[in-house]
Amino acid sequence: MSVAVAKHGEVKHNYLNAGDTVLSWLLTTDHKRIAVLYLVSVTLFFAVGGLLALLIRLELLTPQGDLMTSENYNRVFTMHGVVMIFLFLIPAIPAVLGNFLVPLMVGARDLAFPRLNLASWYVYMAGGLIATWAMVNGGVDTGWTFYPPYSSSYSTSQVTLTIIGAFLIGFSSIFTGINFIVTIHKMRAPGLTWFRLPLFIWAHYATSVIIVLGTPVVAITLLLVAVERVFRLGIFDPALGGDPILFQHLFWFYSHPAVYIMILPAMGVISEVVACFSRKRVFGYHFVAFSSVAIAVIGFLVWGHHMFTTGQSVYAGMVFSLLSFLVAVPSAVKVFNWTATMYKGHIEFRAPMLYVMGFLGLFVIGGLTGLFLASLATDIHLQDTYFVVAHFHYIMVGGTIFGYLAGLHFWWPKMTGRMYPEGIAKLAALIIFAGFNLTFLPQFVLGYLGMPRRYHWYPEEWQMLHVMSSAGAALLGIGYILPVFYLLWSLRNGALAGPNPWGATGLEWKTDSPPITHNFEETPIVTEEPYAYENHHQQEEVASGTGASTAEA
Amino acid sequence: MTNGHDTHSHIVPIKVYLLVYVALLVLLVATVGAAYLPGHHTLLNNVIALTIAVIKAVLVILYFMHVRYSTRLTWLWASAGFFWLLIMFILTLGDYFTRHWVPVLGWE
Amino acid sequence: MVQEQAQQKLSIQFEDIAQQNESYIVGMWTFLVTEIMFFGGLFATYLVYRVANQEVFWEAHRHLSIPLGFFNTCVLLTSSLTMALTVHYSQRGLRKQQLLWLLVTMALACTFLVVKGFEYHHKFVEGLIPGANFRFEPAEHMRVAQLFFSLYFAMTGLHALHVIIGVLVMTILAVLIAIKHPSVQDFIPIELTGLYWHFVDIVWIFLFPLLYLIPR
Repeated sequence: MSVAVAKHGEVKHNYLNAGDTVLSWLLTTDHKRIAVLYLVSVTLFFAVGGLLALLIRLELLTPQGDLMTSENYNRVFTMHGVVMIFLFLIPAIPAVLGNFLVPLMVGARDLAFPRLNLASWYVYMAGGLIATWAMVNGGVDTGWTFYPPYSSSYSTSQVTLTIIGAFLIGFSSIFTGINFIVTIHKMRAPGLTWFRLPLFIWAHYATSVIIVLGTPVVAITLLLVAVERVFRLGIFDPALGGDPILFQHLFWFYSHPAVYIMILPAMGVISEVVACFSRKRVFGYHFVAFSSVAIAVIGFLVWGHHMFTTGQSVYAGMVFSLLSFLVAVPSAVKVFNWTATMYKGHIEFRAPMLYVMGFLGLFVIGGLTGLFLASLATDIHLQDTYFVVAHFHYIMVGGTIFGYLAGLHFWWPKMTGRMYPEGIAKLAALIIFAGFNLTFLPQFVLGYLGMPRRYHWYPEEWQMLHVMSSAGAALLGIGYILPVFYLLWSLRNGALAGPNPWGATGLEWKTDSPPITHNFEETPIVTEEPYAYENHHQQEEVASGTGASTAEA
Repeated sequence: MTNGHDTHSHIVPIKVYLLVYVALLVLLVATVGAAYLPGHHTLLNNVIALTIAVIKAVLVILYFMHVRYSTRLTWLWASAGFFWLLIMFILTLGDYFTRHWVPVLGWE
Repeated sequence: MVQEQAQQKLSIQFEDIAQQNESYIVGMWTFLVTEIMFFGGLFATYLVYRVANQEVFWEAHRHLSIPLGFFNTCVLLTSSLTMALTVHYSQRGLRKQQLLWLLVTMALACTFLVVKGFEYHHKFVEGLIPGANFRFEPAEHMRVAQLFFSLYFAMTGLHALHVIIGVLVMTILAVLIAIKHPSVQDFIPIELTGLYWHFVDIVWIFLFPLLYLIPR
């Protein structure tokens, strides 16, 4: 790891050079180091998930299933889903950026329970390795949703092992959630009232509430499937008196809110970045803050929209459909407020801001197509087609990954003390945006034409659309690889960042980059509202006038 | 009332614990007694049994778990769990209770 | 109290003891919320099947022993009282009484487990363990009766697992208190264990009427 060197050449003390043995990393309780551990692990798992996606797209280049057998195709898309959802999307922003920033933003020396935080990483790794072990030993073919009775009675793949992995990963996110909740409640710096908190913190609070209330339910449900499978019981198997739709209720009770676990932290990132690079207060701070909480609460009332075409009661379907429309309201509030924040702002097109603008467009498309699917009648036509696939990739890739990359670039100077190279970062952002749309826009059309998900044979007239999609995926892959190289390069060669390269508000920018082990020399005292960019004209001129990337090159 | 004290140094007198304990035992006997009521009162019996269980749980939470003497934050979290449990029960059971309101071809 | 708290060790991330204590208690409650939801999934499953199969569940539940269930409920309620007393003496800094009541709580917890073991053994003898050897009369109710017993074992088994974890934690605490270890100088470890233990008790408060007292 690089060592930040101050102007006069002396080596400054910080969290990265606080110890350089492997053990000092593996036994650390510093939230910043744990964030780095998570960063490395989620990146590795993202690479695995990405390779699986590449296999899927390769197979779909031709209408015949010529690259792999149907059984293998089932395993590949299942493992793509399991790895991406449980091992990347859910921990990505909370466990990397959240872990790093929550204590810094609330002005605390660490999270409330540092050892629990470290335990969460170990549990995550254990779950990840078990899931990987299952993959190596034949994989799993149930789809990431593990629907019984196929998963409990018929599948011959590694269902039990994968479920144990998912169960453990669930516990690691529960540990993180508990830590965030207690830290945000009890450890805010003097003067940092709830309505002076950065919106990133509000978003992470809402996320933690969902994690704590939802994850245990899916844990026990998956455990029941595993027990049913191992002991040949009939808890969800209709042949033995059970009801498979009950599994779906319990599974989606968590797994729908889990979508908000993935998107809410990204929304927190967007609020920070959009205010900084528009040089304005976030428009309607209170609305954005409460919309996070509203999404967390209403998000728990909509799960039945995944089950419109099962044997679920029509009346329950109507209620779930109505409530699903309701959850669009707080999401829309956020989008309107971010747009209004940019209105008449001094917008700087830095790489994080490009990701934010990409996020806004893609999230709107993802959200609106979600409304099609929440309508009872339309859903009958679109259920289980590529329309659904495209919809949730617009939310998860266009939303979460764009938010994650925006945040990673935005706080990279804080985490490493070095600037990333701006030009190539912008290029990567544009490639990812183009590649993403080329991959998933054709899938909306495919879905509307009736292409079902989870099939690898399809009629020849759809080949053109599939080829477009696969080409986009290749482009997207290049876009993802670029940051790996230039971010690693910047560790040694990037310009020194200084404490606040963006001229941003917020406590995390008031301490060194990279921060010292316990974050602050003395506990900060907060006296102003968040995002008071109009009070920071001087800093702004310093930062944007010379451009931090050239400052000390 | 005992509120307003520092939450952590609040020591509940043994007498309060004993009273709660006696109340719990009485309620336990009442539950078992209600189950042996003559005649078929399925719904009534279920309601009685669950009401008593809820009262017992509330007693344990308020006194044994000191929530009565704790901060609002503890109140909030203690109730959040049960509130979300209700969401899960109501929306899930809502499906099962309304499933047969519309006759569907092929179902009995 | 004041002098006693001054001895308490303050972790680096906290400003003062009050903040540290409150953080631990809120953290424990947050954990208990996850436990509530964890058991909640099982309770929801049980409720759905019970509503659908009231008659057969009634028939199946007659194989459970109400006297043993009643006895075990008394044992757990009493253990909650003794746990509360442990916390009480721990707050007052009376080490001997604290240790005594903690040991009593452990003894009661073990009693509960032994009785539960006898109940499970009885089910085994009767052929009521779900699986290939499950036997139930009348035969046309066997499927649903097996569902009942699957849920019975899942719910009481998960609860028993929590009791076992509780006993293990209490054993560690008892040893630490006995050797006057500094980490149990203050009441927080006991208070947190107490919160957990009362939660285990609450789960049983609901399990007993739901499983043992099904009306016809």
